[in-house]
Amino acid sequence: MDEQVEIPSPLEIAAARPMPWHRRVIQGLLYGRNVDRHRKAKARIGLAILGFSIVYMIIAAKLVVFAVAPESHVARRGRAQDAVATARPDILDRRGRILATDVKMPSLFAEPRRIIDVDEAIELLTAVMPDLDTNELRERLGSKRGFVWLKREITAKQQQEIHRLGIPGVGFLTENKRVYPSGPEVSHVIGHVNIDNQGIAGLEKWLDSRGLADLHLAGFATDRQQKPIELAVDLAVQHALREELMAARTKFKAKATAGVVLDVKSGEILAMVSEPDYDPNNPREALDPDRINRLTTGVYEMGSTFKVFTVAMALDSGKISLASTFDARQSLRYGRFAIKDDHPLGRMLTVPEVFTYSSNIGAARMALSLGVDNHRAFLGRLGQLNRLRTELPESAEPILPRRWGELNTVTIAFGHGLSVAPLQALMGVAATMNGGYLIPPTFLKRSPEEAMQVGKQVLKPDTSLKMRYLMRLNAEIGTGKKADVNGYYIGGKTGTAEKVVGGRYAKNKLLTDFMAVLPADDPKYLLLIMLDEPQAAPDTHGFATAGWNAAPTASKVIARVGPLLGLEPRFDLPTADRLILASARESR
Amino acid sequence: MVSRAQRTPFVSWWWTVDRLLLAAVLIVMLAGVVLSLAASPPVAARLGLDAFYFVNRHVMYILPAIAVMIATSFLSPRQIRRLSLAVFVGSIILLVATLFFGAEIKGARRWIVILGVNIQPSEFLKPAFVILTSWLFAESARKPDVPANTFALMLLLGVLTLLVLQPDFGQAMLVALVWGALFFMAGMRLIWVAGLLGAAAVGLLGAYATIPHVARRIKRFLDPASGDTFQVDMAIDSFMRGGWFGRGPGEGTVKRVLPDSHADFVFAVGAEEFGIVLCLIIVALFAFIVIRALTNAMRNEDAFARFATAGLAMLFGMQSAINMAVNLALIPAKGMTLPFISYGGSSMISLAFGTGMLLALTRERPKAELVGEGLILAPGRA
Repeated sequence: MDEQVEIPSPLEIAAARPMPWHRRVIQGLLYGRNVDRHRKAKARIGLAILGFSIVYMIIAAKLVVFAVAPESHVARRGRAQDAVATARPDILDRRGRILATDVKMPSLFAEPRRIIDVDEAIELLTAVMPDLDTNELRERLGSKRGFVWLKREITAKQQQEIHRLGIPGVGFLTENKRVYPSGPEVSHVIGHVNIDNQGIAGLEKWLDSRGLADLHLAGFATDRQQKPIELAVDLAVQHALREELMAARTKFKAKATAGVVLDVKSGEILAMVSEPDYDPNNPREALDPDRINRLTTGVYEMGSTFKVFTVAMALDSGKISLASTFDARQSLRYGRFAIKDDHPLGRMLTVPEVFTYSSNIGAARMALSLGVDNHRAFLGRLGQLNRLRTELPESAEPILPRRWGELNTVTIAFGHGLSVAPLQALMGVAATMNGGYLIPPTFLKRSPEEAMQVGKQVLKPDTSLKMRYLMRLNAEIGTGKKADVNGYYIGGKTGTAEKVVGGRYAKNKLLTDFMAVLPADDPKYLLLIMLDEPQAAPDTHGFATAGWNAAPTASKVIARVGPLLGLEPRFDLPTADRLILASARESR
Repeated sequence: MVSRAQRTPFVSWWWTVDRLLLAAVLIVMLAGVVLSLAASPPVAARLGLDAFYFVNRHVMYILPAIAVMIATSFLSPRQIRRLSLAVFVGSIILLVATLFFGAEIKGARRWIVILGVNIQPSEFLKPAFVILTSWLFAESARKPDVPANTFALMLLLGVLTLLVLQPDFGQAMLVALVWGALFFMAGMRLIWVAGLLGAAAVGLLGAYATIPHVARRIKRFLDPASGDTFQVDMAIDSFMRGGWFGRGPGEGTVKRVLPDSHADFVFAVGAEEFGIVLCLIIVALFAFIVIRALTNAMRNEDAFARFATAGLAMLFGMQSAINMAVNLALIPAKGMTLPFISYGGSSMISLAFGTGMLLALTRERPKAELVGEGLILAPGRA
């Protein structure tokens, strides 16, 4: 019989062969038991097909989204236009004169991607504007960027000429350019802006920090109808002060001069000059370290003007009266230091004598008699130990002695060993003049009533009266004689400090200052004049101290700004002891 | 003409090969030439070469690529395995050699010069690796007593090590993904697939933690403000400028800006000039190729052919999907070429080799032939 035998294929033999147990375990672990891997594989390939379908579908969907989305770079251009055209409010002085304003200017830009022939574009552009740097231009136009500035703020004529050239990929944007009609006059007060019209110094920066920048970002600051900012500054007073300071700098060959006119009742700064200054229309000069604002950014040992604080502290304590005396018979020895007077009298001095003769020994003994802690607390109360913050972003921290001992009190009593910003010292002196109110100075308009709300009573009114007397007395018979201007009843205190050079006091590098109050019987304004390293002039007999330069400069300034400030000259007034002191006795 | 009556090798090839798949691949190649016309002249101009330098080279690579593809598609599965083994061994040797002799370009050693020709061995490695892995997985099902899975794992780790040493994370990722997908298809329990995913996540985290530029790219993707997203921004710009129908040939501008306009970002550059409609057609072509090949794999009764077809299709599909997704800013930037469209000689020939094998494996085959080769699985056994 022809029996047909089914011959198993080799595969079937292999499959039929029982697996060793450990293989079976592994198989089970890997694939699971009793699974048809053939069918499973098919199902899983099906899953892969599904996965790929979804992925390609997503890609196609995204493509469709892009296709229907509106072209975006048009929108982007619009935003750029907004950002560029940031408008700023005008800045006015207290009488409405414009200190800063915006002017619309075209700016030239290019889109290098759209430029067809870079060489041709360069040739045409430099023909119209020869001051463009060819290499820089080539670099910018040859870049891969979508937008480059070629020249900011070009003239209308240039714009027209370039427009006529018809270079593809070159265009104009209208920008606001900040203009300062008064040039350098108020530079340190208003500061300046960068090429994008963002404030980077002075009140311009303060404007931005006050939310103008946020407005810009939100796109709301494009409107030109922004409310102008009114300053306390009076451009006329500022001009007179600046002119006299410049004259003084030439005359005394000083490194720098500075001055402030402060309204003692409202804390308004009517004028502030720190000169050399710069033209905010060309702010590159501002980077020169010689042109810093010495009144807020610099800190100085103010010298004898600090005796105002020492005496005010003594009188305010109630323990010392105008009749109290201090031993100035010989120099004050403290350790290896000896404190001397510039004009030694060699006798006991009353408080007015200490002030008018500017006795270092007297001031030091006065401060010591009240103690280190009281001294420190008093100066703190008058705002001399913390950074003074005004609207100006530029400010400096006072430099305090690391450990405040008796010797520090001795020297600080006559204005050495504590460096403060001059504006800060002026604020303290104003408190001794205006009835005892410490009012933070401001560059913005402020009424005396508003000032009273932010001001703090730090001295007794009686102390202030006595201080007015002493200031006036000093202008009548003391170191301030040269500042007196007939008719304005000035009071004032000089200060001469040796500057520290390399850790030592330099005899020939002085900082002189003068603080004048006018009128002394009813103080309205306080004037600070400061000279940095003045030299002796032909008519000063070899002296370079404050009485010989700062005081006469103050006198000239007062003669000019007095009428501008609306002060009526009064002649033939009685002397300080009869006019001021008598009223002090009456009020008691 | 080609008549079924004649039994020449060409005729039998013609009637068994998947002609639609072949047509789709040829159309993609053609699209590549067209896009190259748009995308590569600015690159050539930047390098100071003739405007059509890269176009000419592209065409010069396409012709041998087509030849390789057709020639490979004539091979039988057995021949494919042998050829792949040879290519695999050869590219491993070259890969090791690049570590020592390769020119360092942009911080990686991926290229080696042989007889004046720049070769990127990792490109040739990929299809060969897929074939070998598929064979091992198929063997593991057929002959359970051979530790094929272990071999497959060792193969993967070895290849990954070499790629990471170059370093070429894009290719490493691709290879690992395809291996993982094949592993999944080989019928592993889901718990192992989950474990694999976990390992991949750990690897990705490791790369994120140790390799600064990977971390930067991922961060940039998640938070575009954190760094320079120039290329991706430009690519998006390109799509938007193009709109549905494009700005017309030669009207594109983004290509002048994008450094990789002829390679990784050719898709975006093409969109600007030829429009999103063309992009959709290209997506459809890729989708068609991949899905048709996978469907074929699903039907295929031969385990090796099934895995190999699926593997090659997925390699092709993942590469195209990743490139397009990067162009569209759907995933973090990762350098990957768009198959047959991006410029690149090694990539082109290697793809042709892979696609040729794909065509060979998807050829209709009489069942008898399979049995004859001893490849058909015992039905109903598990």
